[in-house]
Amino acid sequence: MDVFVQQLINGLTLGSIYGLIAIGYTMVFGIIGMVNFAHGDVFMVSSFIALICFLLVTTVMGITSIFLALAIVLVVAMFFTSLMNWAIERVAYRPLRGSFRLAPMISAIGMSIFLANFVQVSQGPRNKPVPPMVTDVIVIMEREGYQVTLAWKQIIIMVLTSVLLFGFWYLVQKTSLGRAQRAVEQDRKMAALLGINVDHTISLTFVIGAALAAVAGTMYLMYYGVANFADGFVPGVKAFTAAVLGGIGSLPGAVLGGLLIGLIEVFWSAYFSIEYKDVAAFSILAITLIFLPQGLLGRPEVEKV
Amino acid sequence: MSDNALPIHGWDKDPILTVEHLFMRFGGLVAVNDLSFRVGRGDITALIGPNGAGKTTVFNCITGFYKPSEGRLILGHGRAPTAEELDAVTLNGERGLSSSDAGVYLLERMPDYKVSGEAKVARTFQNIRLFSGMTVLENLMVAQHNALMTASGYSLKGLLGLPSWTTAQKDATERAKYWLDKVGLTERADDPAGDLPYGAQRRLEIARAMCSGPILLCLDEPAAGLNPRESLELNELLRAIRAEHGTSILLIEHDMSVVMEISDHVVVLDYGTKISDGTPEAVKHDPRVVAAYLGVDEDAVEAVEAVLDEATGAQS
Repeated sequence: MDVFVQQLINGLTLGSIYGLIAIGYTMVFGIIGMVNFAHGDVFMVSSFIALICFLLVTTVMGITSIFLALAIVLVVAMFFTSLMNWAIERVAYRPLRGSFRLAPMISAIGMSIFLANFVQVSQGPRNKPVPPMVTDVIVIMEREGYQVTLAWKQIIIMVLTSVLLFGFWYLVQKTSLGRAQRAVEQDRKMAALLGINVDHTISLTFVIGAALAAVAGTMYLMYYGVANFADGFVPGVKAFTAAVLGGIGSLPGAVLGGLLIGLIEVFWSAYFSIEYKDVAAFSILAITLIFLPQGLLGRPEVEKV
Repeated sequence: MSDNALPIHGWDKDPILTVEHLFMRFGGLVAVNDLSFRVGRGDITALIGPNGAGKTTVFNCITGFYKPSEGRLILGHGRAPTAEELDAVTLNGERGLSSSDAGVYLLERMPDYKVSGEAKVARTFQNIRLFSGMTVLENLMVAQHNALMTASGYSLKGLLGLPSWTTAQKDATERAKYWLDKVGLTERADDPAGDLPYGAQRRLEIARAMCSGPILLCLDEPAAGLNPRESLELNELLRAIRAEHGTSILLIEHDMSVVMEISDHVVVLDYGTKISDGTPEAVKHDPRVVAAYLGVDEDAVEAVEAVLDEATGAQS
């Protein structure tokens, strides 16, 4: 029981991070029908931006309040990651929009390799550590020497994810920008004929996706305390799995999928073998694709005749 | 048939849209061939012609869907632009000019989203293109995107819930409700648009176009697939749009009863060229129109041409 509760907490934390990244995949897929393979690396770059910013804020500026530092890091990382993703869309995807379907995807794979290698060359291939940021824990249960703990950083991650998700859901469902996004998703040409600037809307989608990835990147850095150039790939692919599991194109689906993948991975590591945790996560992808191709919350495409 | 003293029509005096020497070529196919006509301000103008005559292509050029191969499409806001204004815009390479009382827009130079957003031309399609996954109300809200975006400071104020956004949102909802009421869909405001019956989808498409606040509304076969009763309701709706909102209407239609009943001005196309242009009464009796529509054998064509030659000869 105590192990179960502990793993549940860990799983939900990891799942929140996957969910935040998965939203970026699902949104971009929804609006331009492309799997943005570079998204995982955008997430990785954002954790480097957060790392650099954190070190600058704590050493050069000498800010000692960890929450203030974290808030600054978060805003800066969101800003620069968004800017980067905007630029990526502008140079690597937009020129290919009228091209055949695979072209932007190949371009995205290229962009992914570029980002990973750029970071490897400029930051070095080794893990970059940061000093532990939030170390306090709350002990929930204690039995026979085994403590079930809820770390403050886990609380921060879960609360921040929930707040952002709510804000984001509100943006997509209730504001004019979100409506425009959904309209472009359904019929790009018609949306343009109603006066919606389709290019702007697509750019904004990339910016929002990157901002959420930056939050995930900062949280990842805070949680694990290291950043590495290769960290984009596996979390990126897992988040993509989460998006497919939840139903690609569906926002609540992305979050649900993220939480499920996080839980599966953590429980598998705890009860079976830690070496096979990725196998477990990706088996889910295969099983989903076979038995539920539209995902848990995705709407099946109905062709009206 | 052709009067010696040519009557001066409203559409010549105050055109909202002037199409000049429009050509549209697709490779070797000339879909629209040197077409010129005028759409009068406040008129209901019908563009008719046999299948494949190029009517929809003309619409696509007007609304920025296609870039015309050649030609000038002049839209005048407020009043018809003077020749000097027109030359100024054409020569300086601008998309349009607007002053306090009038605006000139050269539609062939504008990207599709500006034709709607700035030049205020809205259109509907022959095959309905609603956002079927969104609710009826949302479809009408999307059409007001531009106004809302400006008011909401690109949704930032919306997220923060600032008052200016709330007011804009309320205005947009009011407008949407007004049009829902107008097309009789208030009951179904929160249903997905794709679930509506066919006739209702057609009406919703018109309502959506009107929500974008157009000065020229282009309707591509609005009566297609409607039963006679729905067709009559459509006529009422179009008349109301013109009377209450001063929106000029340009429509493509096959249903002659609709055309003859509601239009002030009819332009007839065949094989991409204009074969007749005038009041419904004049067009109905034009032998070229009759020939194009009914199809006639060789002798009859010659006979008609002889009559035409005589007529033009008498005129000159």
